[in-house]
Amino acid sequence: MLRRPAVYLMLLVVPAILLGSEPRWISLREDGLHDPASPAIEWLQEPGDALSLLPPDSVGNQVAWIRALREGYIEPRTNIFPETKIRVLDMDIVMERTGELPMVRFPHAPHTEWLDCENCHDRIFVEEVDANPINMLAILNGEYCGVCHGAVAFPLTECNRCHSVSRDGFSGKPGVQPTAAAGQE
Amino acid sequence: MASALLAAGCARGKRVCARIALALLGMLLPVAPGAEYGDVVLNRLSERNEMRPVIFPHWFHRIRFRCKVCHSELGFEMRAGANHITMGDIIDGRYCGMCHNGETAWSVDNCHLCHSGKPGLATGIRGSNETGGPGRW
Repeated sequence: MLRRPAVYLMLLVVPAILLGSEPRWISLREDGLHDPASPAIEWLQEPGDALSLLPPDSVGNQVAWIRALREGYIEPRTNIFPETKIRVLDMDIVMERTGELPMVRFPHAPHTEWLDCENCHDRIFVEEVDANPINMLAILNGEYCGVCHGAVAFPLTECNRCHSVSRDGFSGKPGVQPTAAAGQE
Repeated sequence: MASALLAAGCARGKRVCARIALALLGMLLPVAPGAEYGDVVLNRLSERNEMRPVIFPHWFHRIRFRCKVCHSELGFEMRAGANHITMGDIIDGRYCGMCHNGETAWSVDNCHLCHSGKPGLATGIRGSNETGGPGRW
């Protein structure tokens, strides 16, 4: 039995799938960044100790951060200075120039729950529909959405999370969406 | 289980033994060690000043603060290595020093808790899960 290539393939693939399906976090000692000889290893929190308690995701930190926030698993502070204005915007934008891929629905709501308007406007994006020459090559190079996505927000392997609006099923007009349609994710 | 497989294979001869060893090695590849997603290495000044590089964990901080606290209120640019911060700034209460002051979080005299990286690491954003960050980094 062990002479068949398929058996070796199974030996390779099955454990990889089993291992890949469970969220897991590498310890600080083994992450390739922390110096195992540093006294900090004994003091710092291990990623798995905190992240395993939050709603799971398959990529990034393996945490569904928006769910963690909205469902009250975490309550990160919105500001340090009392005078800071907390600005949240519920407005979806559908971008139609996406080649052969489904259109992109950009939801302001989850973004502004974490970020302030000025983090993106106008440093990264001009505040006008269709005024930004966004393209995937630039994003993959860390520009536009790629400033965060692929670095701290969900990675660029997750095409469908942004390219989520099929041309066939969409009867509305691209651009700013009516508020009733906003909030969908 | 792995060692039992390997032992069973090796009992059947060298070639089978080698193949099973290779398959077991393949199993280990997807779990190769790597930094937590969004970890930032800061080593512009650290090693030059005989300290370990700083490892900044985004995951730890975003549980406690929204992105905008640091990236808007505190003025951190959203690009690893783009913030030219010195210990002087931090001691004066700017950047990390806004919280790392012994009240909100540990104070600057706990050098090793931030300066905890392996020697020789280059400044940049890291992350092991699915992507290592956009190409530019």
